[in-house]
Amino acid sequence: MSMHTLLQYNWSTMTPEFIILITALILSLADLWMPNDKNRRPLAWIAVVGVVLALIATAGLIPAKPVSILYDTFHLDSFSKAFKLLMLAGGMLCLLLALDYRPKEGLLHRGEFYYLLLCALLGAMIMASSGDLITMFVGLELLSVSSYILAGIRKTSAQANESALKYVINGGIATAITLFGMSYILGLTGTTNLKEMAAEVQKLADSNYQYLLALAFLMLLVGLSFKISSVPFHMWTPDVYQGAPTPVAAFLSVVSKTAGFVILLRLFIAIFAAAPAHGKDPSSLLLSMQNYIAVLAGLTMIIGNTVALRQRSVKRLFAYSSIAHAGYLLVGFAAMSWVMLDSIWFYLLAYVLMNVGAFAVIQRIADEADSDDISHFAGLYRRNPLLAVAMGIFLLSLAGIPGTAGFIGKLNIFLGALMTEPGHYVLATVMIATTVISYVYYFGVFVQIFFRPAGEAASVKLPVGLAITVVLCALGTLLFGIVPSLAYHVLAQFQHFGDFLQ
Amino acid sequence: MNGTYFLSLLIFSPLLGMILLAFVPKTQERTIKLFGFLSTLPPLLLSLFAFWEYLRGYHLEHLAEKHDWVRLADFPFLTESTYLIRYELNIDGFSLVMIVLTSLLATLAAAASIHIKKEWKGYFLLFLLLEIGMLGVFAAGNMILFFIFLEMTLVPMFFLVGKWGGFDRERAAYSYLLYNGLGSAILLIVILVLFARAGTSNLALLKEMLYNPVAQAQLIAPISGEMRLWLFVALLIAFGIKLPIVPFHRWMLRVHVEAPPSIVMLHAGVLLKIGAYGLIRFGIGLFPDQFRHFAFWIAVLGVINLLYGAFLAFVQKEFKMVLAYSSVSHMGIILIGLGALNEAGMQGAIFQAVSHGLIAAFMFLLVSILYERTNTTTIDRLGGLAKVMPLTAGCLLAGAMASLGLPGMSGFISEFTAFLGLFQTKPVVAAIGTLGIIMAAAYLLRAVLNMTFGPSMREDVQALDMSTVEAVPVFVLLALIVAVGVYPYMLAKPLQAAIEMMLNGLGG
Repeated sequence: MSMHTLLQYNWSTMTPEFIILITALILSLADLWMPNDKNRRPLAWIAVVGVVLALIATAGLIPAKPVSILYDTFHLDSFSKAFKLLMLAGGMLCLLLALDYRPKEGLLHRGEFYYLLLCALLGAMIMASSGDLITMFVGLELLSVSSYILAGIRKTSAQANESALKYVINGGIATAITLFGMSYILGLTGTTNLKEMAAEVQKLADSNYQYLLALAFLMLLVGLSFKISSVPFHMWTPDVYQGAPTPVAAFLSVVSKTAGFVILLRLFIAIFAAAPAHGKDPSSLLLSMQNYIAVLAGLTMIIGNTVALRQRSVKRLFAYSSIAHAGYLLVGFAAMSWVMLDSIWFYLLAYVLMNVGAFAVIQRIADEADSDDISHFAGLYRRNPLLAVAMGIFLLSLAGIPGTAGFIGKLNIFLGALMTEPGHYVLATVMIATTVISYVYYFGVFVQIFFRPAGEAASVKLPVGLAITVVLCALGTLLFGIVPSLAYHVLAQFQHFGDFLQ
Repeated sequence: MNGTYFLSLLIFSPLLGMILLAFVPKTQERTIKLFGFLSTLPPLLLSLFAFWEYLRGYHLEHLAEKHDWVRLADFPFLTESTYLIRYELNIDGFSLVMIVLTSLLATLAAAASIHIKKEWKGYFLLFLLLEIGMLGVFAAGNMILFFIFLEMTLVPMFFLVGKWGGFDRERAAYSYLLYNGLGSAILLIVILVLFARAGTSNLALLKEMLYNPVAQAQLIAPISGEMRLWLFVALLIAFGIKLPIVPFHRWMLRVHVEAPPSIVMLHAGVLLKIGAYGLIRFGIGLFPDQFRHFAFWIAVLGVINLLYGAFLAFVQKEFKMVLAYSSVSHMGIILIGLGALNEAGMQGAIFQAVSHGLIAAFMFLLVSILYERTNTTTIDRLGGLAKVMPLTAGCLLAGAMASLGLPGMSGFISEFTAFLGLFQTKPVVAAIGTLGIIMAAAYLLRAVLNMTFGPSMREDVQALDMSTVEAVPVFVLLALIVAVGVYPYMLAKPLQAAIEMMLNGLGG
C-alpha cells in the first residue's frame, strides 16, 4: 500500500475512533509522566471530554452517506452510527462512575483504569463498524482483554482476583468457540470479508456444506453469548459483577453487551441471512435457525429471572437482571421482524440509561458499606429521598412499568415478536411471564428502600460524577418513556437501517 | 362547554395538587391532609359538571381528544396511522358514570384518610397518582393507553398497601402486585396481538376491523376465529383476576384486610370495577360472538362467585373478611348480569358495579371509623356498638341493608335487574343463584347484628361516636345509595345509549 492510496481514504469517517484513540494516548502518556503521588482523578475528566467529543463527532456523521474504507474492512453505515452512539453514551456514563470510584482499600492504578476503559470502548466501536472477520475479532479482543484487566484491577481484593480469573478463563473458552465457528465460514468461503462471504455462501445452496454452515452458526451463537451474557455462557456474570469495580460492572453490563449484540447482528445478518436454507425452502439459513435463538432467549429469560429471586447481593441481583435483559433483547432478534434492529436499538438505549443509573446508586451504597448486601439499601428513602426516587425510576424502568423508557422498549420488542406471521406467541408469553417474576426482585429492592427502617441515620451525599450520572440517567429514562418519539426521530434518520446490507 | 383538553384536564388535575403538596414540609400533618383532600376536588367538580351537562343533552363525542404520541414502526408500505400509538381520550355514558364514581370516592377516601398516622406527604402523593390512573383507565380511547393507566394504579397501590397497611401488609402488597401484574401481563399480550395484527389499538377502529368485511381487508395479518377465541379467554382471565373471579380471588382478600380502610374504599369501590369495565368494554365490545359463546359459563362463574363468597362470608370472624367475601360474592352478580346477554342483565351488571362501589366504600368508611376507636374489627369483640356509638351502628345496619338488597337502596335495583335478566335466558342458573341473595341476608345480618346489639365486650374502650368531619362523607354516601335506590333513572338514563350499543354488538 503506497502513501498515495493511504491518503485517499476518507479518514474522516473514523473521526470518533481517532478521538477516543488520541484521548487514550494522552491519558497514558500523562499517567506515565505524572509524579507517582499526584492525584489521577483529573485524568478522568479528560477521558469524559474525549468521549463527549467522540459522541458529538458521531452525531455529526449521521447525515453522511454509507462509506466503506480500507478494503471494506471498516463500514460507516447507519447501523454502526446508531450503535456507536449508544456505546459512547454508555461509555461516558461509566467514566463518570469511574471518576468517583473509591473502594475501601484504595485504587492503585487509577490512570490505567481510565485509559483501559477507553481502549475497551474503542474495541467496541471497531466491532460496530467492522466489515471483516479480522477487524471484528481485533475489536472483540481489544474490548475483552481490556475488560479482563479492568475486572481485576483491584489487585489486593481476593474477590476481584477470583472474578478476573473466572472472566479470563470463561472469556478464553468463548473466544475459542467463536473462532472455531469463524474458521468454518472462512473454510467454506475462502474469505474474511463479510460482503464477499455473503456472495460466496449463496453458492452453497443444496450442498452438504450447508450443515457446516449451520454448525458455524451454532458455534458463533454460543461463543458470542459470552459477551451478551446469555445462556449458555452466562455463568461468569454474577461472579464478575460482584468482584469487579462497580463502574466496570456497569461497563460490562451496558457497553460490552451492546457490542455483543452489534457483532451478533452484523455477523448473522450479513452472512446467514444471505445463505439459503437447505432444500428447496426459499427462506434463509438465519430464518431456519430462528428457533435455536428463540430457545436461547427463552432459557436466558427464565434462568436470569428465576435465579435473581434468590439473591441477597445487589450486584449479583443486577447480574442476573442483566442476564434476563439479554434474554429480552434476544427475543427481539429471534423474532426477525421488520422492527428487529429498531427495537433492539431502542431497548439498548433504555437499558444503558436505566442500568448505569442503577449501578451508580449501587456504587454509592455498596462500595461505601464495602458489602453489597441488599440490606444496605434499607431506609435509603430517609437518608436521601431524591436518590431513592431516582433508584425507584430505574427499578420501574427495568421492570417495564409504563412511564419509563423500559416500558416502551419492551412494548416494541413484544410488538416485533407478535407482528410476524406466524407470531412468536410462546416466546412472547415467556417474556411476559418472566417480566412478572422480575417484579418480585425489583420490588424487593423497593421494599428495602422505602419500607424498611434505616440502619444508620447518616444522610447519603453524592459525589459530583455520580450525581451527574444519576440525574442524566433518571431524566433520560423518564424522557424516553414519556416522549419516546424523541428517540424514534433519531431512528427515522437511519431509515430502519436500510443501508445495512449494502 | 368547550371540549378541547377537558378530559386531560379532568384526569390530570390531581397532578396540580401533587405539585403543590411537594412544597409542603412533611411534618405539617394538618396542611398536608387538607391539601390532599382539596386536590381531589377539581376532578370531582369537573366530572360532576360533565355529568350534569350530559344529562342536559350534551354530546360526549365533543370531548374526544387525539394527539399522536409515538409511532413504533414507520415503513413506506404502511399507512400513516399504522403502528401509531395515539394519546386519545373519549368517553360515553358508561365511562362517565365510572369517572364520576371514581372522583367521588377519591374525595371521600381522601376525607377518610384523616386516620392515616404516618408519612402523610408520601401517602397523598401516591393517593393522587392512583386517582390519575383510575380516572385515565375509564377515559382511555385505545387499549394501550388503557393499559398504561391501569399500570399507573399498580405501583401506587403496591406502596399504599405495603407501607400504610396493617400487620401483614408487605405480603398483601406482594400478592396484589403479582396477581395484578400477571393479569396486566395477560391483558398486554391480548392488546399487542391485536395491535400487531391490526396496526391500531383504537377501540372503535378495532371493532370495525374485526367485524366489517370491508375494513377487515386493512388488517396487516389475519385474526382467525380460533385466535379470537383464545384472545377472549385470555381477556376473561386477565379481567377475572382484577374482578376477581373465584379461583383468582385470594389477593383481594389480603388487600381488603391489610390495606388502610381509606385505600380499600378505592380498591373495592373502583379498582375491582376496572375488571368489570374491561370485560364489558373489550370482552363484549371486541369479541361479541365469543362472549355469546361463553355466556352460559360466565353466568355459572357468576353463580359460583356469588355462592362461594356468601358461604365463606358466613363463617368469618373478622368483619373486614366478611366484607371481603361479600365483595367476592357481589362481583358474582356482575357476571350473572353479563351472562344473561340481554338489556336487563347488562343494566344490572353496570348498576351493580356502581352500587357496589358506593356500598363497599360506605362500609369501609365505617370500618375506618370503628377501627380508629376500638382497634379491632373482630365481630365478637365489637358487641354492643348500638349503645356506645349509635350513629355508627345505625349506619352499619343501613349499609348491610343496602348490601343485601333491600328495596329502596341501590343494591336492590342492581340485584333485581341482574336476576331479572338471567331468569329470562337461563332460569335454572338464576334459580340457583338466588340462594346467594338469601345467604347475603344471613351473613350480613349475623355480622352486623352481633356487632350492634350483641353483648358488649369492650367496656374498657372509650368509644365516641363519629365526629362531624367523619360524618359528612358517611352521609353523602348513604344519601347516594338511597338516591340510586329510589330514583334509578338517574343512572339508567346516562347508561342507556352505552347499553344499547353493546347489545347491538351482541346481536339483540
